[in-house]
Amino acid sequence: MGKIEDIQVVNGEGYQLTTLEKAIGVARANSVWPLPFATSCCGIEFMATMGSNYDLARFGMERMSFSPRQADLLIVAGTISKKLGPILKQAYEQMAEPKWVLSVGACASSGGIFDTYSVLQGIDRVIPVDVYVPGCPPRPEQIIDGIMKIHELVKNEPLRRRYSDEYKHLLTSYNIESDGE
Amino acid sequence: MSTFKEDSAYDMPRVGLSNETIDGDIATLNLGPTHPATHGIFQNILQVDGEKILSSEQTVGYIHRAFEKLAERRPYNQITPITDRLNYCSSPINNMGWHMTVEKLIGADIPKRVQYMRVIVMELARIADHLICNSVIGVDTGALTGFTYLFQEREKIYELYEEICGARLTTNVGRIGGFERDFSPEFHRKLNDFLRTFPKIFNEFNSLLSRNRIFMDRTRGAGPISAERALNYGFVGPNLRAAGVDYDVRVMNPYSSYEDFDFAIPVGTDGDTYDRFMVRQEEIRQSLNIIEQAWKNMPEGSYKADIPEFYLPPKEEVYNNMEALIYHFKIVMGETPIPAGEVYHSVEGGNGELGFYLISDGGRSPYRLQFRRPCFIYYQAYPEMIIGQTISDAVLTMSSMNVIAGELDA
Amino acid sequence: MESKLTNEAVAERIKAQFGASVLAVEMPYDMLTMEIAAESVHDVIAWMKTDSVLEIGFLTLLGGVHYPNDKNREFAMVYHLHSWSNNFRIRLKAFLPAENPTIATLTDLYDGANWMERETYDFFGIQFEGHPNLVRILNEDSMDYFPMRKEFHLEDATREDKDDRYFGR
Repeated sequence: MGKIEDIQVVNGEGYQLTTLEKAIGVARANSVWPLPFATSCCGIEFMATMGSNYDLARFGMERMSFSPRQADLLIVAGTISKKLGPILKQAYEQMAEPKWVLSVGACASSGGIFDTYSVLQGIDRVIPVDVYVPGCPPRPEQIIDGIMKIHELVKNEPLRRRYSDEYKHLLTSYNIESDGE
Repeated sequence: MSTFKEDSAYDMPRVGLSNETIDGDIATLNLGPTHPATHGIFQNILQVDGEKILSSEQTVGYIHRAFEKLAERRPYNQITPITDRLNYCSSPINNMGWHMTVEKLIGADIPKRVQYMRVIVMELARIADHLICNSVIGVDTGALTGFTYLFQEREKIYELYEEICGARLTTNVGRIGGFERDFSPEFHRKLNDFLRTFPKIFNEFNSLLSRNRIFMDRTRGAGPISAERALNYGFVGPNLRAAGVDYDVRVMNPYSSYEDFDFAIPVGTDGDTYDRFMVRQEEIRQSLNIIEQAWKNMPEGSYKADIPEFYLPPKEEVYNNMEALIYHFKIVMGETPIPAGEVYHSVEGGNGELGFYLISDGGRSPYRLQFRRPCFIYYQAYPEMIIGQTISDAVLTMSSMNVIAGELDA
Repeated sequence: MESKLTNEAVAERIKAQFGASVLAVEMPYDMLTMEIAAESVHDVIAWMKTDSVLEIGFLTLLGGVHYPNDKNREFAMVYHLHSWSNNFRIRLKAFLPAENPTIATLTDLYDGANWMERETYDFFGIQFEGHPNLVRILNEDSMDYFPMRKEFHLEDATREDKDDRYFGR
């Protein structure tokens, strides 16, 4: 998965030769600090995933950062209502690049069983999402699968992606100001 | 019933707070809506003078999912998944409460075996709810070990749920009229293992916190409320029992054969965080007691009531028997004749009296379904409970009240 | 636990005290349900709290119901109360007209009624006279309609992402 030996390396006496992108990708992927934005029932399943049976700490997520400024991954678990939408957007904007979003559960992905006047039909109405985990609530194995897919994304991301025009266009389509050059 | 404790003056917390600030500034602090210490999404705006709280204001509704409007759209057996998501830490209790409400409306006669099975499932759910609440009180005081231990025990309860209904958290267990199938032998084996191994681990957790000097110093005197104020606010459940009033729906209006079981109701004296913690600890033991009694004395009989108009017939009969086919069609399409009327039924949920007020007009979905949600009603008392306390006590009070956001906002 | 009072005895006692305001008495599913005129609801509940025989001192639930087809009785306020010493439950109903759905607040009697009345206002638009802070509680403050009324849909009318044809509506 994320072993250093998997990278195309050239080994010698006391040196390794690889690309900077690959090395940084592996380092980032194995030390993601998540921000658990846990709202409802999926939050309890997320707590079970953090527990010792389905231990999330072995994926490098030992420290849950509750401050957006220090987090890499925003895990939105639970229903997001229209009242909470601006607050979610504010938490996302406060995170520093590079940042990823994992939407856990049916309610966060698409509104779930609550197609009502007060529920936001999916968080991708307000912020860009990288991985969706379906389920109501998803089993901890499914959440771990989602996190492993995030790891794949993080490992293979080009270093200059966050400064590209495509990314800036993505952010402006959500009315989020991008702070890249 | 019981004698109410008089309104007495409460001692200030052990740490003496000076009443004169250096420059007399009052700060406004925003605790939430997303905050690691609030278990759920609700906002508290606090006016603080140093560390002492002067006043606070709450904003709720950040997870309002319109259950009551949703219930007017769905037929009766499709409302069970919605009730799951009220107090999602103990969803079987909500499911059973809803089933019993509909059974009261249609006047169904439920066999004894079903009632005992329901008691076992509901008490397991109560244990699961109290396990979360108590371990989270520990986490808020800084004791993370208890959380890890007790969540392992919750996994065992999840396995028991999976044996019955296939789901872990939002169970949607049972049907109007009983259960889908009888308890399997695997369930009995797992329940036996649970009853043998759980008390030892629970006693370990108890020894970690209950008589711990630091824990007691933190929680004694944090967020007290007297019995009169609690009754005025409409408190029920463990929060009220911690204040000294022994009101329990299982004893006052027994449902589902609770009168057959012999259990005690733990009652506190001061209504502060320590009492709420200890009341929940003791309730877990009493719930284990009830499960043992129900399991050992489970009567023989059917796992479902004889109400073919509401309970789906087995598939073999549907394919071979004309009557069963018609019943199946009517139930699935929502054409079963439901009597018109209004009924109020309540069960003792993890947080107290969870009530269902159902008005039916004879149609396929309820005309009005209102949930009496204990969290919504007793969270109003939170400002009064934290006045004059420190911010850390306010955080502890909130987690000890077991406010579940799904039940708060519905 | 058995109740110490019977439905009939309580109904007689309340009628003896508030004869003109009691409009109807029913007992669906063994729960005493009395319809009280809207102006007297506050007085009836205050009297029940202090009466030495009834001792009905706990407010379990209050909420509203919308009956759009009953002229002049469109909104119903339903109060569930409980007497613990006697183990007796009672339900009171008051009907309000649609043009001016106003009723006196219970916050001076029961502090727990505060948020429940705000929720009823949020859902139905029923005004509570004397309420200290009657604003929306569960919905957004900017919402301009009362969603639980029967004329409004469950789904948000302004959403554009879900096509009703595919969702069977």
